[in-house]
Amino acid sequence: MSASQRYPEIRFFLNDREVGAARAPGCLVLDYLRGEAESKGTKEGCREGDCGACTVLIGELAETSIVYRPVTSCLVPIAELAGKHLVTIEGLNGEAENGDGLDPVQRWIVETGATQCGFCTPGIVVSLHGLLLDRRKTSDRAEVRRALSGHLCRCTGYRSLQESGEGLLAEVGPSRGLDELVQRGFLPSYFLGLPEKLRHLQEREKKRPGKDTVPMVAVSGHRRPEASEPAMPESFAEPGQTKPAAGWLVAGGTDLYVQRGEELATSPLKALNLYPEMRGIRRHNGHLRLGALTTFEELAEDEHFREVVPGIREYMDLIASWQVRNRATIGGNVINASPIGDVTILLLALDAELVLGSGEERRRVPLRSFYRDYKVLDKAPEEILTEIAVPIYDRDTLTHFEKVSKRRWLDIASVNTALRVRMQDDLIAEISLAVGGVAPVPLLLRRTGDFLRGKPVAAEVVRRGLEIAQEEISPISDVRGSEAYKRLLTRQLIIAHFSKLFPEQLQPRQLQPEPLWPEDLHAPD
Amino acid sequence: MRPIDAAAHTRGESRYVDDVNPPAGMLHGAIFGSPVAHGEIRRLVLERGRNAEGVVAILTAADIPGENQIGPTIQDEPLLAEGTVHFQGQPIALVLAETAEQARAAVRQLQVEVDPLPAITDPLEAYAAGEVIDRPRTLTLGDVDGAWGNCHLVVEGSCDIGGQEHVYLETQRSRAVPREGGCLQLFSSTQSPYASQKMTARVLGIAHHRIEVDVRRLGGGFGGKEDQATPWAVLAALGAWKTGSAVEIVLRREEDMRMTGKRHPYRSRFKIGVDPEGRILAFEAWHYQNSGAAADLSTSVLARTLFHSTNSYHIPNVRVFGVCCRTHLPPNTAFRGFGGPQGMFVIESAVARVAEILELPREEIQRRNLLQDGDEFPYGQKVLEGRAGRTWDEAAETYDLAAIRRRVEEFNRGESLEKKGFSVMPICFGISFTATFMNQAGCLLHVYSDGSVGVTTGGVEMGQGFNTNIAIVISRSLGIRPERIKVEATNTTRVANMSPSAASSTTLLNGNAALLAAQKILDGMRELVGEELGVEDLDSITLADEQVLVDGEATDWTWERLVQAAYLHRVPLSAHAHFRTPNIWYDEELEKGRPFAYHVFGTAITEVTLDCLRGIYRIDSVKILHDLGRTLHEKVDLGQVEGGLAQGIGWMTVEDLRFDDSGRIRSHALATYKVPDVDCMPDDLEVRFLENAGNPLGPFHSKAVGEPPLMYGIGTYFAIRDALRASGAELGSELDSPMTPERVLLALHAPSLRAIEAKRSEATETVPAGG
Repeated sequence: MSASQRYPEIRFFLNDREVGAARAPGCLVLDYLRGEAESKGTKEGCREGDCGACTVLIGELAETSIVYRPVTSCLVPIAELAGKHLVTIEGLNGEAENGDGLDPVQRWIVETGATQCGFCTPGIVVSLHGLLLDRRKTSDRAEVRRALSGHLCRCTGYRSLQESGEGLLAEVGPSRGLDELVQRGFLPSYFLGLPEKLRHLQEREKKRPGKDTVPMVAVSGHRRPEASEPAMPESFAEPGQTKPAAGWLVAGGTDLYVQRGEELATSPLKALNLYPEMRGIRRHNGHLRLGALTTFEELAEDEHFREVVPGIREYMDLIASWQVRNRATIGGNVINASPIGDVTILLLALDAELVLGSGEERRRVPLRSFYRDYKVLDKAPEEILTEIAVPIYDRDTLTHFEKVSKRRWLDIASVNTALRVRMQDDLIAEISLAVGGVAPVPLLLRRTGDFLRGKPVAAEVVRRGLEIAQEEISPISDVRGSEAYKRLLTRQLIIAHFSKLFPEQLQPRQLQPEPLWPEDLHAPD
Repeated sequence: MRPIDAAAHTRGESRYVDDVNPPAGMLHGAIFGSPVAHGEIRRLVLERGRNAEGVVAILTAADIPGENQIGPTIQDEPLLAEGTVHFQGQPIALVLAETAEQARAAVRQLQVEVDPLPAITDPLEAYAAGEVIDRPRTLTLGDVDGAWGNCHLVVEGSCDIGGQEHVYLETQRSRAVPREGGCLQLFSSTQSPYASQKMTARVLGIAHHRIEVDVRRLGGGFGGKEDQATPWAVLAALGAWKTGSAVEIVLRREEDMRMTGKRHPYRSRFKIGVDPEGRILAFEAWHYQNSGAAADLSTSVLARTLFHSTNSYHIPNVRVFGVCCRTHLPPNTAFRGFGGPQGMFVIESAVARVAEILELPREEIQRRNLLQDGDEFPYGQKVLEGRAGRTWDEAAETYDLAAIRRRVEEFNRGESLEKKGFSVMPICFGISFTATFMNQAGCLLHVYSDGSVGVTTGGVEMGQGFNTNIAIVISRSLGIRPERIKVEATNTTRVANMSPSAASSTTLLNGNAALLAAQKILDGMRELVGEELGVEDLDSITLADEQVLVDGEATDWTWERLVQAAYLHRVPLSAHAHFRTPNIWYDEELEKGRPFAYHVFGTAITEVTLDCLRGIYRIDSVKILHDLGRTLHEKVDLGQVEGGLAQGIGWMTVEDLRFDDSGRIRSHALATYKVPDVDCMPDDLEVRFLENAGNPLGPFHSKAVGEPPLMYGIGTYFAIRDALRASGAELGSELDSPMTPERVLLALHAPSLRAIEAKRSEATETVPAGG
């Protein structure tokens, strides 16, 4: 594709002004910002969402207000900005004429000595503003850690950054609305006028010719009527074609852009997030229907899903960073088919069912039979994953997720695993155990489950289960760990499942082949 | 005062090399690197790249007008490979195109045919093959061989020590702009502007004065831009020289991680002998440094390993051997600590083994052996104003070490699946470049007639707060407000022949030069004031709070009036000064001398909790008592201590550098190489500075603070090992780093793994052939 090719103009708000960008749809927002937009405060540190130096806020209109989320601009195709509000560090700066030109976020960082070389700083300032716009009911400490979860700072050691964030939250007080944040100088005043301006922009854009083939604006709001199948953008699905006409289909892009960033930047590409019909979670016929484009963060915050998997928020802290969770989609995780996908492993244990659409056709495939081999899917090229259906289990069903990676946060697991189990009369009535990172595909341990079903949770039973699990897995040595480590870790994490869910029935030390703790160490006297 | 730049950083207004608007027609460079770690280049195919869109030129070794050589110490490093390639990613060709994307696209069109040669990645293998850089070195003290017989216990062991990628947030970058008269101006993210200048001149075959290097700031350096910034600056310069256009090179993270060197991995062995109380009587160590494919700074790094091989301990009989082993990895280089951490890790490992075998508390052995004044280091220098015992005892008291031990032991008596561990980590770090001649610096100070001040030194601001320190030094020397002072970009036309900003010595050297420059200007001003006010004793004239004082009494002369008067009386208001560290020397033949101006001491106490089920750990607390003399700026110094600790923790725990046997890097991105994030750091982190601690050599009694705190991170390793010991894990005499969750779990559950493997081989044996 030649550089001179003309692309349809994407219109959005960059900070306080409406702009148009005629760029390839897959062009990274980061490259646009540092290039023609000359937003040099947005830094490039890694181009794979790991360092957070390029963090920006993307604001989406939701009825009368705008929902802002921090994302790493190195993983966002520019096509997705249509009709949205893109906020960079330049759009958060207070007026320089006012004293030192610092707003409270910036002042806290300066006063606590939390900036050294300065390269990571603008991104962190953006995320902290994102935090002010999205306060949740947890401790200030946890909130600041969430805001810093997607940032690397190689200079400070983070203590001063944590201090600055907690100082800031204490100054702000309890959750505040946009009006008050503006009034007290935490945000520039132009934010107040943006909802109205975005609405106007979107209305104008909907009337613009050419939007049939390239959607120029996403429809606001994403809850769909109860019973209907999710709508699917028609232009993707031309049955019989080997490749969707639109070229690359990008959902969150958080792995795709890492793997094929160069190619995506100039290739034909369709940003699926412009089809919000495929987003959101609803209850239907005893199932939770998860729109394929529901993000990880939306999943973690969803009250229905929390009923099915009460620990989801806690597990989600181990999965990606705040910025990446704001982008990564459930459907993308499933289709990406990584043998180590965290959400996929969880869905596998939940016995999720996939809804694949092609034109008017809909086909259902159980997730457990979806993966045929390494990245080989039971999916025709023209089919699109629209929904994932998760049964709503009764309260007797327990779920648990375990993950160990080199670094606890924002790292790919060495092994991850999820367990779903229902007990009846002290026996395992139903069980589903999924393990990632130990086979070419996300692996359901069928034989292990078959063995355990109908038996009590007891050391001897689990011990045999662990042996069968070893026969089912086939890990290989790689940068995430040696084969031996992954085998051992699989064993340990399965023990962790049972000892976490059934602490009365199973103590891990019962499963040690030799005493791990010498007698004198655990006999206090 | 607020650290200089802090406000601009938070507003995203601080400009790094490529943030500045480019000159018209600037070209972008991308590097074609060797696809293999070792081999003979048979044929280079450039045509497809030359025809690619936007490409202006492709340069190879043949295009170099001067010398194809950028080795900083030993001349073994070509700018662009010719003949043989020695590491994967070694630059072979530079592609110049209108955009960076086009340059990278063209790089993908280039091909090189290489006859592969065997690649060596292990230093022991390299040593056995005679692949040695320079000569092996040995430091000796006392009579080691005679001492073993007197020992109650002699323990041997080995350490396989991992390297470390710098991960400066700003990758390597440089911009070269042609100037009139066949000159070039370089804007480079380098800790060593003079190295960029010198090597560019050499490669282009022109005089130093035709190259101007200007450095505003770095987005982190940590040693990784001491000499490894040079290739990219010189390549940009070569591009500009050949095309007549400005050229910019900005490495992507993946390129940076693949093409640049890192902290040296080491394979080391130790032998230690103690008396029944754990007093160390003899110590011997062998350090095989994985130097990578070229010398870079490896020999100096090795020297510091040897110098720090006994850390804070007095050992009467020592022999340490070290050798730089040439392998086919990118040339390893400076990284905060500069060989010191590896040396300290090995002695700490030896002490840990002794404690484990004697079943004595490790910290008792450590305390018993701490350096005292008058003790001799293996390199001949004697401890003067040592603070090993002081920082240890104050840390033990302030943080209640005895209570920590009790708490940990009590916790470990419980039935929990968690075990706790703790460690005490003393540090003793020598300050000065180990190459004595580098311990010099210059400062150019201008006082303008309106009373404002501009200062340039040979030091580079890379986030360490150097410019803030300089502003404080000038402000205190001249008695003026810091707001009057502008610290200029570092520039080779204002200060010549500057040493790199490294060795923790930037403020020591340049701060002292700044003091001397201020003194020169003050001398002229005093003379003037003496004449004008009729004061004979010029020493009674001082400046403070923007006022001239005589005998401590304020006069009606303000700073501004003084400057005006000086200007009108033609008193010099500019000064250049040069500083060299006094009284340091080293004799490499004898391996004795006085290489360090002084030492920095400190003690850290680390507590961890180990999850014995999953093999993961959390650092509960790190408590530090650090000696930095008198602080120049408390927040700046605190940031250095905390940031150094974080890097040390990373090096010892999650930072897991991996190369495969063919020399290809496997951890080449931030997805596969993890550095500490906020979750890795302890919630409970406390840093205190030793009180009543001066340092006559440091500007305003400050002490160097850049590198030493990194070595507090070593304490994390031994705290985890302590928890492993409490869990009953099998601990051997091989102390390998980093302590990843994998190493922890394998140590914790060796019996389970053996059971798994036994079962598997059983299953394999019972499967019939073809089944």
